[in-house]
Amino acid sequence: MTVTIAANAAPRPVPLPIPRPIPLAEIAPWAVFAALVAVILLYFVSTEQGAFALFKGMLVHEYVHDGRHLLGFPCH
Amino acid sequence: MTPSLLWRGMLAGLVGAFVAATIALIFAEPSIDAAIAFESARAAHHMAGEDVELVSRATQKTYGLYTAMLVYGAGVGGVFAILFAGMQGRVGRAGPRPLALLLGLAGFVAIGLVPALVYPPNPPAVGLHETVRLRTAACFALIAWSLLAAGLSLFLWQRLAGRLPATDRLLAAGALYALLVALAAWLLPQIDEVPAGFPASLLWRFRLAALAVQGVFWLAMADLFGRSAERLMQGRAA
Repeated sequence: MTVTIAANAAPRPVPLPIPRPIPLAEIAPWAVFAALVAVILLYFVSTEQGAFALFKGMLVHEYVHDGRHLLGFPCH
Repeated sequence: MTPSLLWRGMLAGLVGAFVAATIALIFAEPSIDAAIAFESARAAHHMAGEDVELVSRATQKTYGLYTAMLVYGAGVGGVFAILFAGMQGRVGRAGPRPLALLLGLAGFVAIGLVPALVYPPNPPAVGLHETVRLRTAACFALIAWSLLAAGLSLFLWQRLAGRLPATDRLLAAGALYALLVALAAWLLPQIDEVPAGFPASLLWRFRLAALAVQGVFWLAMADLFGRSAERLMQGRAA
């Protein structure tokens, strides 16, 4: 790892160093992974057995009921 | 670096959600109970048979509430960490902790507060079952639009660097966001489903509590994440 001095760090008294950007190519696969996980998790909290239903019945809906209301998703 | 951040984001989301669920248990559950009492009283008027109770109220307001919040927190925390990873060092000159807090504030405004101003969270008994698909579609369209508008505002803010004074840059970006969201609010369908006789003060208390719960979630998650990201990234200083 090369250590260089940030140009914007000069005038301030003791600036906290700003970390270097993480290469986007390194982030991309994790971004896809995180988005996929989030879509699945959020679907069950927000929508399952409300507007759409993958499973029959109302068990999921009833179980996450209060959270769904409080997070502002249409519940029933 | 990215997987460590992702992991920390999901953990911070879980802890933030736990704190928020506890706030919900104390401050929001009384109004949910009151709304359900209103609903039951009205249902008793209209029809004799009550629905079969699949999940008891005691479970809904404890395990169910915590589960829903934790699942939401893990999902949001992960995406939050990825956005943070992409923005760190690219957007503005904030260090990890201020950036995390600013991103948390932006998340609360774009996902919680502004969508709630157009389609406020509703307690049980408010909302017609027949329109749940329309309302869900409108709600998600609004959140997606709000996020897009926030992204465009951030882009404008970046592009105006060096062309406008810092305060005017903020004003211009804020104005773009407000305009875009106002346009969506004007185009999206109006929903007016509060039943006659539902106490206005109860509706307000529920909505205020819902916003407080979301605010606490974003604040706790962003702060916890910022603290651990700062420690993690210290070795990466430029």
